Amino acid sequence: MNVVVIGNGVAGVTFARQLRKSTDHQITVVSAESTHFYSRPALMYVYMGHMEKEHLKPYEDWFWAKNRIEILNDFAQRINLRKKHVVLANTAPLPYDVLVLATGSKPAFFNWPGQDLQGVQGFTTMQDLDRLEINTKSCRQAVIVGGGLIGIEVAEMLRSRGIEVSMLVREESYWNTVLPPDESTIVNAHIREHHVELQLNTELRQIVGDDSGRVRGVVTTDGKIIPCQLVVISTGVRPNIDLASSSGISVVRGISINNNFETSEQDIYAIGDCAQFPDGRVEQLWYTARHQGKHLAGNITGKVTPYEREPFYNSAKFFDIEYQTYGTVPADLAGIESATWKSENGRKFLRLTHQYNRVCGFNALGIRLRSEVCLKWIAEGASVEHVIEHLHQADFDQEFTAVVKNIRLHRSVA
Amino acid sequence: MNLIQIAIPIQAEPEASIGLQEKIGFAMLTFGIVVLVIGATGLFNSIPLLYGLASIGMSVVGGFVVTAAQLRDKLPGIKNDGIMFSKLKRRGLAGWVLGVAFTGFYVLLYWYPAALTHVIHSVDTLSLLMRNKPADQWFLYGTFYTAAVIIMGIRTIAKYRNSKYQLYRTISVVTAQLLFAFIIPAMLIFFNSKEFYFHYFWPLKYDVLFPSTLKGLLASNSNLVVFMGFWSVAMTFVATPFLTYYLGKRWYCSWVCGCGGLAETVGDPFRQNSDKSLAAWKVERWMVHGVLVFVILTTSLLWINSAYQGEVLGEWSYTFSKAYGFYIGALFSGVAGVGFYPILGSRVWCRFGCPMAAYLGLLQRFFSKFRITTNGGQCISCGNCSTYCEMGIDVRAYAQRGEDIKRASCVGCGVCAEVCPRGVLKLENK
Ligand SMILES: Cc1cc2nc3c(=O)[nH]c(=O)nc-3n(C[C@H](O)[C@H](O)[C@H](O)COP(=O)(O)OP(=O)(O)OC[C@H]3O[C@@H](n4cnc5c(N)ncnc54)[C@H](O)[C@@H]3O)c2cc1C
Ligand code: SF4
Repeated sequence: MNVVVIGNGVAGVTFARQLRKSTDHQITVVSAESTHFYSRPALMYVYMGHMEKEHLKPYEDWFWAKNRIEILNDFAQRINLRKKHVVLANTAPLPYDVLVLATGSKPAFFNWPGQDLQGVQGFTTMQDLDRLEINTKSCRQAVIVGGGLIGIEVAEMLRSRGIEVSMLVREESYWNTVLPPDESTIVNAHIREHHVELQLNTELRQIVGDDSGRVRGVVTTDGKIIPCQLVVISTGVRPNIDLASSSGISVVRGISINNNFETSEQDIYAIGDCAQFPDGRVEQLWYTARHQGKHLAGNITGKVTPYEREPFYNSAKFFDIEYQTYGTVPADLAGIESATWKSENGRKFLRLTHQYNRVCGFNALGIRLRSEVCLKWIAEGASVEHVIEHLHQADFDQEFTAVVKNIRLHRSVA
Repeated sequence: MNLIQIAIPIQAEPEASIGLQEKIGFAMLTFGIVVLVIGATGLFNSIPLLYGLASIGMSVVGGFVVTAAQLRDKLPGIKNDGIMFSKLKRRGLAGWVLGVAFTGFYVLLYWYPAALTHVIHSVDTLSLLMRNKPADQWFLYGTFYTAAVIIMGIRTIAKYRNSKYQLYRTISVVTAQLLFAFIIPAMLIFFNSKEFYFHYFWPLKYDVLFPSTLKGLLASNSNLVVFMGFWSVAMTFVATPFLTYYLGKRWYCSWVCGCGGLAETVGDPFRQNSDKSLAAWKVERWMVHGVLVFVILTTSLLWINSAYQGEVLGEWSYTFSKAYGFYIGALFSGVAGVGFYPILGSRVWCRFGCPMAAYLGLLQRFFSKFRITTNGGQCISCGNCSTYCEMGIDVRAYAQRGEDIKRASCVGCGVCAEVCPRGVLKLENK
């Protein structure tokens, strides 16, 4: 059988690897962005000089040939559903028996005046990394539009090169659509501690250029003018559905799939950032893309079972503050009780959420929790008393550094 | 509103960023080294104390000044910013120059000590004070080594100050160097006893269990020297397996050992240069275990020989151990091991050549509670852990599969866990 995967991100590659483990199918992975699979969340570290591009590859180059996974650096222009082949930009059409779309996502731009000026860019791909290198050659001031995870990463990157950064955030506090107020406030303070001009309640109205078409500043909705030589747009990403929709596959926000990853077309599946489930959700995380790829490989080689969302977990890093979250910790805590703890210097924070005295989630800032233990407590619906008493079991900090061993959580009065 | 017409104020250029304090520190450091080199001509032979202070003393103070300056205005947390752009730290010209300088120093030390005759005077005062006899090339080397470990140890502590594990570990390894490799051996000489390094055991200090050495120690009429004999046997055969079982090989390699001490301090800026490829791992396994087999064979043969009153091997065993001492002891651990820090990373010797590391590694791999555990599915395959592993372990390969890491070579420095941006790794004895 001839299996073709479009997209060599973590979804496509995990699928291909898992499929290879249990079958002898011919597997081809096509991607336009890079010859080899690399870690997208690690792009920032190349700009900051922590790593080189080569370090971003999770597998050495010999891995692909050894596992008989053919990699093709090309752009898929169209899928011919009738002839069952993929039309490529530079090579002959690629026939498939099974086609997996793992085309990822694209940054969302909102048609601001001036967004096509030189020095305006997003930050999601290897090409964006190269572009940023060029755009910051003689850049002293930059504006980041949008908070969120990519925005704060870009702020850290630019600060590492001594560039003055203004960050425009629409909401009244950083990432408060996801973080509850305490957490969001801690991150606000930390962003400012790193000398980033955090402008809350502020949106972009337009970007201003000079005669040569280079950006030289932005105007915010409240009429403020901020001079800059670089604008990074990080107002979120949307599923990349270009290939699917132009080939006649059903799409809504993402590529429409059922819970078995099947698209509207026979033998064509979609996984990762680009796929949208029947309940309307899109899962746009590294972990979910990996789970989905693994699950689909299982479905193709064995019994078909519907994909079920794993208990939620995620992590990120806001400059020096690590963040981990498990289970249910909504930004709006109405109807959910919490027990919290905050360190004296204000950089470490722990929240345990519960309903009817059953633990349902954790948020940790500057503290490492043991994933296995937290997820077990949540799955079991462990009592708040039990968790507080056994909190040390969830310690995952370096030796001698443990925080959770010694802290007392304060239960909020509902 | 016309885009072009919006007036945007032009901002003043930011000031140059390299601080005055840093410049002064570097100037002092350079001055010290220049004085040291000039002293090689014998110019300062009549003023040894002044020579020592103006060269080594000045460099030490300069080192502190630079470290303090670089730290100012930085919040605690791992900052590996710009390492891959550094000519010094990423095998650029400066890195090669430093590598050649290190190597050159070892070549002089081992083969042309005469060239250092006058430089040795810089530590004469210290030697008289500590050992009641004039300095020789080895005392000079020990002083350099210890001073470098201390200055760079302070830098290491400052860099990783967000972590208590790094703090304790660095204090331990620096103190071990200062006490066991510098102060205690000097005191032993001062009191006319036998010079002895309590933190080096067989198979690293291979000759300590050779029949001639061990019998010599045990037969001594000094209780202290007899104790040294017992100590050597007990450390190798009792303490090492015991401690490694509970703690992993790190109790030695990154908390006590002098080579480890240099690697963790002077070598820290170069840790990213160790090769992470599978090919390198293959070479490593053959080499390091090869050296261990060689030491075991040599030692066993010498004991057999001694049991048969030298009839089996005759003079041959002596030549054998002498050759080993030269190729492994001098050439490998010194010249290649330290000289190539900037090129091959800080643990070249520990990884490819140290028989003690091989012995501890086998214990760690097969009889130890120590491992690095991974935190469920939290790994984003970023590669920071592998990049900053000084032993060249591809940590990510395990972490992204959610597997524990139980590798013979891991010295438990804990830096993978420090640099991981997602809290995936933890050193545990479980
Ligand atoms: C800067 C940044 C930081 C992030 N950090 C985190 C994080 O810390 N944690 C986390 O959970 N998630 C993070 N994410 C999100 C995470 O990277 C994505 O969820 C994940 O990479 C999705 O994987 P994927 O395989 O679905 O798609 P992608 O990794 O986007 O891969 C899709 C690939 O398909 C290629 N492609 C698309 N169309 C075509 C075509 N027609 N022809 C050929 N090739 C095509 C694309 O070029 C791309 O290479 C981050 C994302 C970014 C941009
Ligand atoms: S540093 Fe952490 S997240 Fe990155 S590859 Fe290693 S274990 Fe995974």
